[in-house]
Amino acid sequence: MRIFDPHIHMTSRTTDDYEAMYAAGVRAIVEPSFWLGQPRTSPASFFDYFDALLGWEPFRAAQYGIAHHCTLALNPKEANDPRCTPVLDALPRYLVKDNVVAVGEIGYDSMTPAEDTALAAQLQLAATHELPALVHTPHRDKLAGLHRTLDVVRESDLPLDHVLIDHLNETTVKAAKDAGCWLGFSVYPDTKMDEERMVAILSEYGPEQVLVNSAADWGRSDPLKTRKVADAMLKAGFTEDDVDRVLWRNPVAFYGLSGRLVLDVPGTDATHEGNSILRGGA
Amino acid sequence: MTGTPPGIGALRARTEAALGEAARAWLDKAATEAASGDTGNQQTPAPWELRFAEAGRRCGTEHADDARIVLLHAARADTPTLTRLYEQGAAAERRAVLAALPHLVPGPDALPLVEDALRTNDTRLVAAAVGPYAAEHLPPHHWRHAVLKCLFTGVPVDAVAGLAARARGDAELARMLGDYAHERTAAGRAVPDDLRRVLALTTPPNPEAEES
Repeated sequence: MRIFDPHIHMTSRTTDDYEAMYAAGVRAIVEPSFWLGQPRTSPASFFDYFDALLGWEPFRAAQYGIAHHCTLALNPKEANDPRCTPVLDALPRYLVKDNVVAVGEIGYDSMTPAEDTALAAQLQLAATHELPALVHTPHRDKLAGLHRTLDVVRESDLPLDHVLIDHLNETTVKAAKDAGCWLGFSVYPDTKMDEERMVAILSEYGPEQVLVNSAADWGRSDPLKTRKVADAMLKAGFTEDDVDRVLWRNPVAFYGLSGRLVLDVPGTDATHEGNSILRGGA
Repeated sequence: MTGTPPGIGALRARTEAALGEAARAWLDKAATEAASGDTGNQQTPAPWELRFAEAGRRCGTEHADDARIVLLHAARADTPTLTRLYEQGAAAERRAVLAALPHLVPGPDALPLVEDALRTNDTRLVAAAVGPYAAEHLPPHHWRHAVLKCLFTGVPVDAVAGLAARARGDAELARMLGDYAHERTAAGRAVPDDLRRVLALTTPPNPEAEES
C-alpha cells in the first residue's frame, strides 16, 4: 500500500515518526506552513521557517525514503498581527521555488477584515504563480467560514478546481463538493474526523476528489491516521483501488496541478549544510 | 492621577496578607520602586520591571499574578509600557498584564493585547483575555469568537466577564453556538454543558417586560 499524506507538519515530529510512517506505507507528504503554537512577531522568523520547509525538512524526510514538498503562506491567525503581514510581500520570491506545490494553509481563523485581505491576496498569488491553494476551514463557526471562503475564491482568479478545502466534516462536505473543490479531511485522535466517520463520508459522497490527511503537528495527533483510514476503508468493503485513489492518486493529482511534484526520493548524502540527523555526526 | 481604581486597594491588602514576611517586604520595596517614576524602554527595563518579571520566584506562583498587578498599578503603567511588558513577558507576565488592564487603561487602546492573547491556544492566556476589560471593550464579532474559543479550548465560560449581560439577546452568538452544537452532534460527540449554558443566556429579554 502506498500512502501520500497531503497535510502533515513534520517540523513538529520526530525521526521515530518518519520511521513509523514509512513502515506504514507513507512514501510522500506535503507539509503546509502553519502556526507554531507560539505566535511569531516578525517576518524574519517566517523566512527561517520557510527555509526549513524547503531545506532541512525534505532532507530529513529523504533519509526515511519519503518525498517531501511544502505549501507556503501567511496563515490566517498570524495575518491578524500587523507585525507579520509583510510576509505577504515576500511570498512571491518563495512561491517560485521547486518544492512549493501550493499556496497554503490559507483561509479563515476568526473571520476578520485582515484575514479577508490575506486570503484574497494569497489566492491571487496562487493564480499568478499557477499553483493550487490549500485552504483550511476554521475551527470556530466552520460552516459560515466555509461559505465565506467559497465566496472569496469565486471572486478570485483561481478556479475552484484548483482549491483543496481542508478540515471538512459532515456539516461542510456537501457545500465544498457542490462548489467543485477538492475535499480534504483531517483525521485526529479526538477532534476533527475519525476513521469510522471518514469511511461513512466516503460511502455517502464517494472517493472522487477526496484527500485524507493526518494533519499531525505539535498537538494531540497521529501521523499514522492515513494508514488507519486505509485499513478502515478496506474493512468496510472498499477496494484496494479505492484506497489507492484516496490515499495516493487524489493527492498526486491535486498537488500535481503545480507541475512540480517529484515523487522519486532523491538520494541524499548524509548531511545537510554540514548537519547530520545522526547524533554525534557532523 | 485619578485615584485608586475600584478593587486595587483590596487586592493589594489581600496579597500582602497572604504573603510571608520576606515576600511582603520584597513586594513593598518593589512597589516603592515602581512608584518612583522610573520608566524603561525596549532595551533597558526600569528596575521595577525586573521585579515584575521575578515576582513568581519572590512571592510564589500562587500570588504572582496579584503581586504583578500591584506593581503595574504602583507604576501607573501606561499602554505603551503594558504593551512592552506583555510582548517581552513570559506567559505568567502576560497574564498579569491582561488582568491589570481594567485597573489601568480606561479606553480600548490596549485591545491589541487582548486580541493577541485570544490568538494563542494557551488556555491561561485565553482565560485572562476574557476578563472585565474585554467585557467592556471587545467588539461584538471578536467577543463572540472569544466565547467560542473558550468552548473549543475548554476554558470554563465562568472566566468570561460580563457573560450574561453581553450574551443576552445576541442572535448571532446564538446562531454560532447552534451551528457548533450541530457540528458536535453530527460528529457523534457530546455538546459541552457550557455551550448550552451560554445558549440559554442568549435568549432575548422578555418582550412583555419592555412593553407598556
